[in-house]
Amino acid sequence: MTTVRLEIDEKTVHAQEGTTIFEAAESAGIKIPHMCHEKHLKPYGACRLCMVELVNGAKKKLVASCVYPVEEGLVVQTRSDKLTKMRRMIIELTWPVSQDLAKEFGVIRSRFRTETSDCHLCGICVRHCSEVKKLNTVYFKGRGIDREIAIVPGLGNECNYCQECFGFCRGGKIIQEFLYE
Amino acid sequence: MTRLNSIKDLEIIRTACVLEQKRKPITVTVCAGTGCATCGSTKLADTFLKEIQRKGLHERVALRRSGCHGFCERGPVTTIMPNKICYLQAKPEDVPEILEKTIVEEGVVDRLLYVDPQTGGRISNIDDIPFYKYQRRELLEKISAIDPTAIRTYFAVGGYSALSSVLTKMKPGEVIQEIKDAQLRGRGGGGFPAGIKWETTANAPGETKYVIVNGDEGDPGAYMDRSILEGNPHGILEGLIIGAYAIGASKGYFYVRQEYPMALDNVKLAIEEATEHGLLGKNILGTGFDFSVSIHRGAGAFVSGESSALMNAIEGHVGEPRPKYIHTSVQGLWEKPTCLNNVETWANVPLIINKGADWFNSMGTEGSRGTKVFSLVGKVNNTGLVEVPMGITLREIIFKIGGGIPKGRKFKAVQTGGPSGGVLPESMLDLPVDFDELNRAGSMMGSGGLIVMDEDTCMVDTARYYTDFLAHESCGKCVPCREGLRRMLDILTDISNGNGREGDIELLEDLAEVLQQASLCALGKSAANPVMSTIRYFREEYEAHIRGKCCPARMCKELVRYRIDEEKCEGCGLCEKGCPNGAVSKIGDKMYAIDESKCIKCDACFAACPDKFKAVQKINTNGIAAEMAA
Ligand SMILES: Cc1cc2nc3c(=O)[nH]c(=O)nc-3n(C[C@H](O)[C@H](O)[C@H](O)COP(=O)(O)O)c2cc1C
Repeated sequence: MTTVRLEIDEKTVHAQEGTTIFEAAESAGIKIPHMCHEKHLKPYGACRLCMVELVNGAKKKLVASCVYPVEEGLVVQTRSDKLTKMRRMIIELTWPVSQDLAKEFGVIRSRFRTETSDCHLCGICVRHCSEVKKLNTVYFKGRGIDREIAIVPGLGNECNYCQECFGFCRGGKIIQEFLYE
Repeated sequence: MTRLNSIKDLEIIRTACVLEQKRKPITVTVCAGTGCATCGSTKLADTFLKEIQRKGLHERVALRRSGCHGFCERGPVTTIMPNKICYLQAKPEDVPEILEKTIVEEGVVDRLLYVDPQTGGRISNIDDIPFYKYQRRELLEKISAIDPTAIRTYFAVGGYSALSSVLTKMKPGEVIQEIKDAQLRGRGGGGFPAGIKWETTANAPGETKYVIVNGDEGDPGAYMDRSILEGNPHGILEGLIIGAYAIGASKGYFYVRQEYPMALDNVKLAIEEATEHGLLGKNILGTGFDFSVSIHRGAGAFVSGESSALMNAIEGHVGEPRPKYIHTSVQGLWEKPTCLNNVETWANVPLIINKGADWFNSMGTEGSRGTKVFSLVGKVNNTGLVEVPMGITLREIIFKIGGGIPKGRKFKAVQTGGPSGGVLPESMLDLPVDFDELNRAGSMMGSGGLIVMDEDTCMVDTARYYTDFLAHESCGKCVPCREGLRRMLDILTDISNGNGREGDIELLEDLAEVLQQASLCALGKSAANPVMSTIRYFREEYEAHIRGKCCPARMCKELVRYRIDEEKCEGCGLCEKGCPNGAVSKIGDKMYAIDESKCIKCDACFAACPDKFKAVQKINTNGIAAEMAA
């Protein structure tokens, strides 16, 4: 395994090739805000909170750190005004699921109607069910703004004795879904 | 028996096909594309066939069913060669007269010719009809000249000659260089240089490589790719085989959406015919090159046209974009280097090989070479499929080829680039058709949709329409795209219902920024274009809705009222008959009135009132604001 050297928030960090910026930052004790990332699951890249800025001379580019592979010589910023603005908006868009992040970023309310947000579709339940349990009992139904999590009709029994994903759920949506089933 | 084992075999069969066609000096071509087929072209062609036989003309007259001629507004389109006579909207009962007058007497049937709206004169030669005259039909020309279900007609017009030159005279690297020299840019939306993509795929490590045709075409109102798939599948296939040779791929896919049954049929047949003739499979034309093709039927989501989503779908997964930062040209289908190009991009390849990169470069602008096919639709006189040289202005397309706006209405805007494109106003009409110029103007080339809008179109409603489409067609995986679009749609709906608030425009702008910067794929990254371009060019219209609760175009239902002008009403009663809700009633001898409590604002009375009276009026809720905003 080759090791590469990169710079994250002005700190030199060594990381194994094939790992991600998110993992490299974590190993160096740098915390990057996130919602959909879950250590034991494959990177998913959906919440976009973990986006960081890649600096290349005068040029900057936003990338999702949970899926971006480390490269020799990368210069990464995990905090900036631009990132803060974006993260605040994402917190507003997923209101009120992430109160801890809301506090950290000083967001006290959302400018949007947020009647439905007990789930921000991080997909941890779906992915745990598929990647770890290999059951595929929880799935995404519909697309676009109609996307939601659901339990495959008739398979709710599987969940009776598993319930592992309940512990990961921030908004409690999966539990409601299970009870309703 | 039909298998061609060498280049020489191909030339022999070509000569035979050319002779075969020459035997009948006259060809009647009836457009059998989806557009004309819905106007009865199948029956028309059947009647021609019968009548040609009955009149004993079959010795010298051939009938051909071709793909789309483009002038769909006036379909079915019939042409008679070699005199280039074009008949529009002919019916089966016209056929005996057409054959008698045109072929036996060598005259024309006047009433079926195109009428020039300016001079009132009739035009018989297809090339003189303004709709065709100002086009440059390089790609589409072949569609009119072949029967897509008969490979022999493609051979007769030089089909597969580009492939034979490539396989015998060019090294893979030289083919890539030719495409690079031609500066061909992808026609599917992004405008990425095709030669560079080919080179990246060719150079990517790994033995197994793939080439794919993107025929997903999910934009509402667009049918460029459908027409090429239906009308010249061999042209695309030839381009694909050339690409596979250049890149080093031995397997290719046609991704065609399920909703295009004729395209699927014709592509399937083309692949079968090409395989039978040894143009696909092992040892193509005896040159030792192996390549085979399969069809994948796309199941209808707009986002599945995105490159990584499309590859997921072919692999049998959900058609959602991958969050990866490695290009599909390096790691694509089953993690192998994969070159994906649009239908029109592939179809350009044989032309470039045959006519040369210099020829291709002679058309267009510095950054955009060649021609581009557009589907010209909306409030324009001549709707249809047009091919123009890059660099032509939008004004020329809309007014010269499209013949301007119907019913004397005023032009307001043109939407380019499909749902995630932008809306451009009158002041931008002299913009040349060019990838970069359109981007700078806040829109994009996209895959070539052009939707013309007149003064009766509301720009807030237009933005709302596209945002609604994208909100439902997004895969819904990443937060900025799903939630951002959901909230944009909420705000736009509020504004068009008269519930807009101060600050809404700024909030839309903030949302747009997050969509552009943080979305996972290009759908989200470009999804704010309709909103941003309408705010940029028509901000005052947003303000009129928000501050004045007024829709200047009188389109937003909640912001208009209907009434009947007493002075103008002649009491014909058509409005009452048209009203589905009993809101219109007679109140005097020559007078009707609308009960607003029953009116559902369906526009039926407005449409029913004869033009000579114009008594039913649609008015803004706030007339003063309407003037302010105008
Ligand atoms: C949401 C979305 C939908 C797309 N749909 C299509 C499509 O229907 N057809 C197409 O050729 N390209 C489509 N594209 C572009 C493809 O991702 C890809 O860039 C293109 O097929 C590459 O071919 P080209 O370089 O020849 O244009 C779409 C992109 C996005 C983001």
